[in-house]
Amino acid sequence: MTAAVHVHGHDDHSHAHPTGLMRWLTATNHKDIGTLYLWFAFSMFLVGGVLALMIRLELFRPGLQFFRPELFNQFTTLHGLIMVFGAIMPAFTGLANWMLPLMIGAPDMAFARMNNWSFWLLPPAALLLLISFAVPGGAAAAGWTMYAPLSTQMGMGMDLTIFAIHILGMSSIMGSINIVTTVLNMRAPGMTLMKMPMFAWTSLITAYLLIAVAPVLAGAVTMVLTDRHFGTSFFKAAGGGDPVMFQHIFWFFGHPEVYIMALPAFGVVSQIIPTFARKPLFGYHSMVYATSSIALLSFIVWGHHMFATGMPAAAQLFFMYATMLIAVPTGVKVFNWIATMWQGEMTFETPMLFAIGFVCLFTMGGFSGLMLAIVPADIQYQDTYFVVAHFHYVLVAGALFSLFAAAYYWMPKWTGHNYPEARGKLHFWWSMIAFNVTFFPMHFLGLAGMPRRIPDYATQFAGFNEVASLGAFAFGLAQVYFLFFVAIPTIRGKFGKAPDKPWEGVTTLEWEVPSPAPFHTWETPPDEKLVNELAARQHLH
Amino acid sequence: MVYKLKHAMAGLIAAGWTGTGMAAYRTDMQEPQTELARRVLGIHEMMLYICIVIFIAVFAVMFYSIYKHRKAAGHKAANFHENATVEIVWTVIPVLILIGMAWPATRVVLAQKDTRSEDLTIKITGYQWKWGYDYLQDGVSFYSSLATPRKQIEDFHGNAASKGEHYLLEVDNPLVVPAGKKVRLLLTANDVIHSWWVPAFAVKQDAIPGFVRDTWFKAEKPGIYRGQCTELCGKDHGFMPIVVEVKSQAEYAAWMDEQKKKAAANRDDPNKQWSLPELLAKGEQVYKANCIACHQENGKGIPGTFPALDGSKIAQGPVADHLHLVLNGKNAMPKWAQLSDSELAAVITYERNSWGNKAGDLLQPAAVKAARGK
Repeated sequence: MTAAVHVHGHDDHSHAHPTGLMRWLTATNHKDIGTLYLWFAFSMFLVGGVLALMIRLELFRPGLQFFRPELFNQFTTLHGLIMVFGAIMPAFTGLANWMLPLMIGAPDMAFARMNNWSFWLLPPAALLLLISFAVPGGAAAAGWTMYAPLSTQMGMGMDLTIFAIHILGMSSIMGSINIVTTVLNMRAPGMTLMKMPMFAWTSLITAYLLIAVAPVLAGAVTMVLTDRHFGTSFFKAAGGGDPVMFQHIFWFFGHPEVYIMALPAFGVVSQIIPTFARKPLFGYHSMVYATSSIALLSFIVWGHHMFATGMPAAAQLFFMYATMLIAVPTGVKVFNWIATMWQGEMTFETPMLFAIGFVCLFTMGGFSGLMLAIVPADIQYQDTYFVVAHFHYVLVAGALFSLFAAAYYWMPKWTGHNYPEARGKLHFWWSMIAFNVTFFPMHFLGLAGMPRRIPDYATQFAGFNEVASLGAFAFGLAQVYFLFFVAIPTIRGKFGKAPDKPWEGVTTLEWEVPSPAPFHTWETPPDEKLVNELAARQHLH
Repeated sequence: MVYKLKHAMAGLIAAGWTGTGMAAYRTDMQEPQTELARRVLGIHEMMLYICIVIFIAVFAVMFYSIYKHRKAAGHKAANFHENATVEIVWTVIPVLILIGMAWPATRVVLAQKDTRSEDLTIKITGYQWKWGYDYLQDGVSFYSSLATPRKQIEDFHGNAASKGEHYLLEVDNPLVVPAGKKVRLLLTANDVIHSWWVPAFAVKQDAIPGFVRDTWFKAEKPGIYRGQCTELCGKDHGFMPIVVEVKSQAEYAAWMDEQKKKAAANRDDPNKQWSLPELLAKGEQVYKANCIACHQENGKGIPGTFPALDGSKIAQGPVADHLHLVLNGKNAMPKWAQLSDSELAAVITYERNSWGNKAGDLLQPAAVKAARGK
């Protein structure tokens, strides 16, 4: 690109970009699109949260007090789908959109218009999921896993869900292509792959996982669709199909999906802990290799979701050993984070608190995951509240806590304003305690024998269900507090202007631009000297 | 709603005060009742304790560091990174621990999968929403449905009956097995996937339509053991419990004799002509056992989900179409061909002559027999 064209292009953008609603509808700027993603994800998080509270309301006491079982099943199904596809995944894509170009010194994402399209596919998909509550027969009620042949029995709500998943899958694939292309082609001069911030690495690997498995999910739900309406028998035994095949296909998507939600969280935490320990990440290289190993292993462990389907002993053993192996790279990550803190000079601002909370609770989720990998024990845990506890430790205390950590960490850069430290800490402790009050007792419920996805339960499970329900409402309230007493006042600038470098120990490029980050950044790539200097401070050569 | 919340709060406080409340806070697995279940519990406890020890060890280091290496405590950041020895150690040690876990687990997996040399084989069929049990060697079969009255379950107006001791974990006909015998279970399903779980036996096996899977247990002492369906199977997934009654050898033999006699007495005489009151009386029983979950006791169904029978075209149209639908199913309506000729004749007659339906005709078991397979 010649200098003249460059200057012309620059004028064009900074003076003529649309304002108001059109700014967002026609957004091609990575920061605008990142903002859209993040707000969309937070809205869906609230919707999914309300569904969760409906579930906990019904489960507060034994007996059916509020909802009929068919509606309860719709709540559990949509809670899962909305949290996974509407909240966690878009939030990480939004984070990648906002931060990747800033962190690797690129002016924008590689495909700006496709970026717009991949975001604007999300609201219609969410709408399909939400209006499915109003169609005859209600929303899909077969669980977020949509196991056939139960899903072939559902009403129209299932079709809407299938189309929503198709659209969400397209959006994910486009978002991922954008991330891969941006990271591989648009890094600043001097920034080799092995000098990239960890968040760029985990986003890159996550994007590859998504490109690999999103089409698999689309295939699975399309087969359900044709079984439902076009007389095929992929999953109908009467026509020569196999109901269990759905589970194999679903979990071939589903297990990498777990890491799609976890790896970016690892990336976020790997940025935050070194900053607040004022010490470089202990083992950058082993972190990269551990992340890659987890990604590769995630493709060969799907069978551990299906131990109770009755697979042969050899298959059970294979999936058990493969799953146990994942503990090794995951352990390496946890040890690395702790070694990073060791002999550091730690301060405990809100992002660090959420990051430490993440490390503790994610590790607990990892341990219960290891227990679930052990076939004989899994036969007892499978489809009980033990599993519910396990994946909420991984996804709420894991993915969600890392998202809050990220929000507090980068909020000064996004908004140009300080966030209220005391309120942030209150939000952390409130969430931390309420989370454990909600989900820790679920381990006990599962061990004592309470199956998941039931609207009513035997009286022996009453005690911990009450505790869990109270915790859930407290947790929900904490997030409303975050919205009204932290996020919105910060955006309005109630707590003062943020410096360009709000944190002492930062060593990445996003802190080299002003706060708030201007509409266009790194139109001229950062100086190679700067890139090398920052890398040297992280001991990356 | 406010009433219900108050009610719930009162219950919470009461649970905290009374001794019975403590039973509601069980934190570990149920007492194992088979050799295999004890081994499974052993594996669970081994895993749990190893995980707790590692967790405490690792996080003791982290919290020590958090306490000592704070800026507030005046600690200055060191500047080290990457240490091959440390990194090899923390990769190799977990691998060794994992091997230590995998070895005993593998032995239990192989024992769990060994369904050979059984004393007794029972076929279990999952239905929406009950279980069917077939004693293959004895020709005895029956259904097992939830016995908890709806009055105890539905509390939408705050006036549910008080809940019994085995609320939601009681059935009309439990599975009966002899103590000390290896029982092999063959599992399949009629409609969607279900899962048969009895925690005290550490047996959980999905029942998959169109496929047969097997598992086994060998209960040691007589008693009543309870479990639930553990695979989401639709509306009443939470309401299809499992009850296994383990009897001594002699009691089991006596029970089996009685079942055989009952089966012989109940066997349909296809040529018997039934009267309308006879069919209506039997039909009402069959309807309550099989149909009310969807179509409801008043025949109104659930609008938008399950069609009403009261006033329906099928229940007032030609009887042959009605019979065809019940025998073959349609969409969410499963096929009911597994019911006997007299049961089908009775329930169809009942549906055609109940609520506002006044078809006036009656269907004889012989006609059902003739229509099967068409």
